[in-house]
Amino acid sequence: MTGALTAQGAAEVEALERVGFAAVAAAEDDQTLEAIRVRYLGRKGELTARLKGLRQLPAAQRPAAGARINALKVGLQRAIEDRRAAISADRWRRALEQRVDVTLPGRQRRGGSLHPITQTFRRIESIFSAAGYEVVSGPEIEDDYHNFEALNIPAHHPARAMHDTLYLENGLLLRTHTSPVQIRVMERRAPPIRIICPGRVYRKDELDASHSPMFHQVEGLLLDEGVAFADLKGTVVDFVRHFFERDLGVRFRPSYFPFTEPSAEVDVQCVHCSGAGCQACGQTGWSEVMGCGMVHRKVLEMVGIDAERYTGFAFGFGVDRFATLFFGIDDMRLLFENDERFLAQFG
Amino acid sequence: MKFSAQWLRQWLPVTLATDVLREQLTNAGHEVESVAPVAGAIEGVVIADVVAVRPHPKAAGLAVCDVDAGRERVTVVCGAPNVRVGMKTALALAGARLPQGPVRSVDVRGVESRGMLLSAAELGLGADDGGILDLEDGGLFDRPPRGLTPGSDARAALYLDDVALDLALTPNRGDCLSVRGVARELGAINGVPIEAPPIAAAPVASAASLPARLDDPAACPRYLGRVIEDVDVSKAAPLWLRERLRRCGLRSIDPVVDVTNYVLLELGQPLHAFDRDCLEGGIVVRAAAPTDELTLLNGQELQFDAVADDAVADDAVADKAPAPLLIADATGPLALAGVMGGARSAVSDATRNVFLECAYFAPVGVGAAARRFGLPTDAAHRYERGVDFALQRQALERATGLLLAIVGGRAGPITEALSETRLPRRQTVALRKERLDRLVGEAIDPQTVESALRRLEMSPKAAGEGAKKVWTVTAPSHRFDIEMEEDVVEEVLRLHGYNAVAGRSPAAALPLAALPSDIAPESRLADLLAHLGYVEAMTFSFVAPRLAELLAPGQRPLRVVNPVSSEHAVMRPNLLPGLVGALANNLTRQARRARLFEIGQCFTHDAATADGAPRSNPRQEMWCGGILYGPREAHSWAHDGAAVDFFDAKGDVERVLALRGEAANFEPADDPVLHPGQSAVVGIGDERVGRVGRLHPRLEAELDLPPGVFVFELRVASVRKRRPRRHRAVSRQPLARRDLALVVRKETPAGRLREVVRSALGDRLVGFELFDLYVGEGVGEGEKSLGLSLTFQHPSRTLDAAEVDGCVQAALGVLGTQLGARLR
Repeated sequence: MTGALTAQGAAEVEALERVGFAAVAAAEDDQTLEAIRVRYLGRKGELTARLKGLRQLPAAQRPAAGARINALKVGLQRAIEDRRAAISADRWRRALEQRVDVTLPGRQRRGGSLHPITQTFRRIESIFSAAGYEVVSGPEIEDDYHNFEALNIPAHHPARAMHDTLYLENGLLLRTHTSPVQIRVMERRAPPIRIICPGRVYRKDELDASHSPMFHQVEGLLLDEGVAFADLKGTVVDFVRHFFERDLGVRFRPSYFPFTEPSAEVDVQCVHCSGAGCQACGQTGWSEVMGCGMVHRKVLEMVGIDAERYTGFAFGFGVDRFATLFFGIDDMRLLFENDERFLAQFG
Repeated sequence: MKFSAQWLRQWLPVTLATDVLREQLTNAGHEVESVAPVAGAIEGVVIADVVAVRPHPKAAGLAVCDVDAGRERVTVVCGAPNVRVGMKTALALAGARLPQGPVRSVDVRGVESRGMLLSAAELGLGADDGGILDLEDGGLFDRPPRGLTPGSDARAALYLDDVALDLALTPNRGDCLSVRGVARELGAINGVPIEAPPIAAAPVASAASLPARLDDPAACPRYLGRVIEDVDVSKAAPLWLRERLRRCGLRSIDPVVDVTNYVLLELGQPLHAFDRDCLEGGIVVRAAAPTDELTLLNGQELQFDAVADDAVADDAVADKAPAPLLIADATGPLALAGVMGGARSAVSDATRNVFLECAYFAPVGVGAAARRFGLPTDAAHRYERGVDFALQRQALERATGLLLAIVGGRAGPITEALSETRLPRRQTVALRKERLDRLVGEAIDPQTVESALRRLEMSPKAAGEGAKKVWTVTAPSHRFDIEMEEDVVEEVLRLHGYNAVAGRSPAAALPLAALPSDIAPESRLADLLAHLGYVEAMTFSFVAPRLAELLAPGQRPLRVVNPVSSEHAVMRPNLLPGLVGALANNLTRQARRARLFEIGQCFTHDAATADGAPRSNPRQEMWCGGILYGPREAHSWAHDGAAVDFFDAKGDVERVLALRGEAANFEPADDPVLHPGQSAVVGIGDERVGRVGRLHPRLEAELDLPPGVFVFELRVASVRKRRPRRHRAVSRQPLARRDLALVVRKETPAGRLREVVRSALGDRLVGFELFDLYVGEGVGEGEKSLGLSLTFQHPSRTLDAAEVDGCVQAALGVLGTQLGARLR
């Protein structure tokens, strides 16, 4: 092809125009349109070639021919853009027709849940961590020394009867409380000590609505100069109120633990009846929730801490009891049945 | 420990309402666990005198009685064998209410009975003793005795409004195991002296006595005895005494036991009565010898050689126990001292002469003997907690007086064997005001301190002034729990009131805590599993031996010596027994799918002692386990309901291990618990981290589980270990991707392809995905087709097509030579 816009050339341009516009009109998607653009208007496109070929025409013919081709180019360009816009509009209009039933359940992987005891542990740990207590754990299989002797419960002490102990071979035992963790920490570190020790504990109890051979405790210890019974009371009352998020009445009664002196039992106003008396609290209006006291002199002396200089308080309570009170669970057995329907409620 | 409130009140000069008793005792450390009425609810019952008794004209065995009911005289029909003229009893008049219903006038075969004479049982006072109530004229508990007037209300006359207070007494307060002790506490609380019933020395009317010798004076430093001759043990203890016992929870046995029990309750001193005529020679109080044998009152035969294996679980504890203490005579053992008497010398119907024993036994020995032989008797309970060592003579006189009044006889002199030096000491303790205030957290007025100590019979002697004041106190002989300053602090605080101390927030230094970045908090692990759809389970740490053997074969689990039940007899060696049990529970409750996890300690014999673990300790390690069963997703329109498979379990394990951030390897496992073709050992480098796979089909069957149960277990310490995260520049160069379809032998592990390609291409390769797995038509027998997508990138420039093609060729080369892979 010479490229000159002769009569034959004009006819060719006309053909290009016809075929080009028809192709644009027939295009159904962006890719086809882009191919058309490249074919006619691209760097090596047919119209581009024709524009380049204008130079071979006599000068007099060039303006008219150039205008003709340029008009075609602009026209084709506009047609492509229009078509592109139309396709796009068509596409989103069609997308509008895709409608869903928004009441169908969402597509999801069903979530799991944390055990109410774990959640209770975390709640307790958060409250004490915020005040600088460190969370420490220890072994569940203990020796007699840490579980009893070091806590001032010598062999044949009647207090051992309060702990129906489960024994393993070699004189080892399943810890009956988390108090041995206190001992292990005091053996390693000098005061001040501010810890809580969450964990599993074991007693030879039959499983029923309020007992279990395996349950959970949190032990707390604050040991420093000048720690007094008043600090214990303040801490326990604050804790109970923060845990239950209520200004419950708290009562301290003298009690006995070989590892504290003075010792106290803590009663909290029944969370069910707020102290009015109900079946859950045996009509007393109170629930017994915790044992505590000032760390016994002999306990400190056994781990080599100066009992004249340092005083401390310790407390221990059943997490299962706090969990059942907090979540309104009326039977402790539910905690260990692992029924998914029960557990999933706390997710 | 149960106490009649009325009995307690009789010891006090002030009248305390039941609510007040309850409150005061609880606040003093003697928690009142329950308050129970001692009699049934009755109304319209009066005291009545039987005036005339004649046989019923038409009914044999029935009597027609004329009864003086105060305001009126009524006729009643009575079938009791013990009804007699002059008897004082209880009458329910027509219209009265009894626990079993209302009383009406009835016609008994022609005779109108206008009421009913009552037995003890009908009044709700316990068991009948052969007929209607036979009241002595002295009244029930009145001091001084008060006549029972016909027509007076039986509720008041018989103290039927009395209640039994059940006290939870702590082991340090053996002194409160008696009416005297509890009354003493109430006296101290209220600041009033107690009114003990007078105890007169019984007249000595016989010379009979029995010598006693103390061979083990540390275990028994004081032993009193007395012979009473010519007793009539066929007599019954009076109603008032039996009723006192009943209201404190004891049954009436015979007059001798009833009296010793009465003194036990009243004063807290255990006594024992022997049949004098069964004793040979004198009494010897001595340690048991290995050859001794003794048959107890309850038939139990005791032997005193080495402790039997199954006698106690805490054999370490038993080793240190002193030998049990025996009461013996010339023939041999008579009684286990302080615990229980023997059969040979027991008082029986034939007993004519008794020997009463009243001793002080040291707490430790009695407690150990009671536990060793499983005999938690009332006597042992008290001796173990400490019996007032100054009480024996008084208690013996009390028992003698009561006994003589019931069974008659002549009392001999009291003989006493005593080792003065081995008696417990009354402890002397100094209480510093400064220490008291520092321990309490506020200043307590010295007068309050002194008053409390005096009321507790601790005879405080003050020295010094102001903050330097020091009280020297002496513990009374009934207190075994006052040894050091803090014990006295507690006593002061107890009477002052725990609730009178204001709480405060502790003041403390505020050091900041370290926060290690190379270990993830355990909570992240639990949170992640919950997000992945697992419900957290908590199962018992002890499991059935059968489950342990099935799910940890050949591992010899740690045995619980005294388990709660055979289902809880060994410590879990891993988490599978619990998880499998939890799954089974859920399936029983019609669950169709389940995903459960648990994090907890597992126990094995494995040596290696962890830091801080007890001596010769088994391994105690935290593990995290999961179990999956059933459809992958909850039943829904959006899911196809396909069941979980190995890759669901593995995928979750991979997600968990992503916490650590180091590449994990999965090798086919040779694990007896898992399916040999669907299980893997999980490792990171050389570290064994855990396992994942399907439960072995044989186990699924043996455990009655449906097929397709998947489990995983990961060592928590390995999961929580965290690779330190450091920034590495992300390349902004374009990525080039090439997809390859390869054919390999079926048994070639896909994981090998990745290793081979990675080692050949190094860090040019930034992505390796396995996007297709195909077996079947078009692929040869014994072969599989894998679709690989490789992504290449250069850190600092664009890779040209030739370089990318070179990489692909290199990859194909090693795949071909090492794994026999070819393009499909």
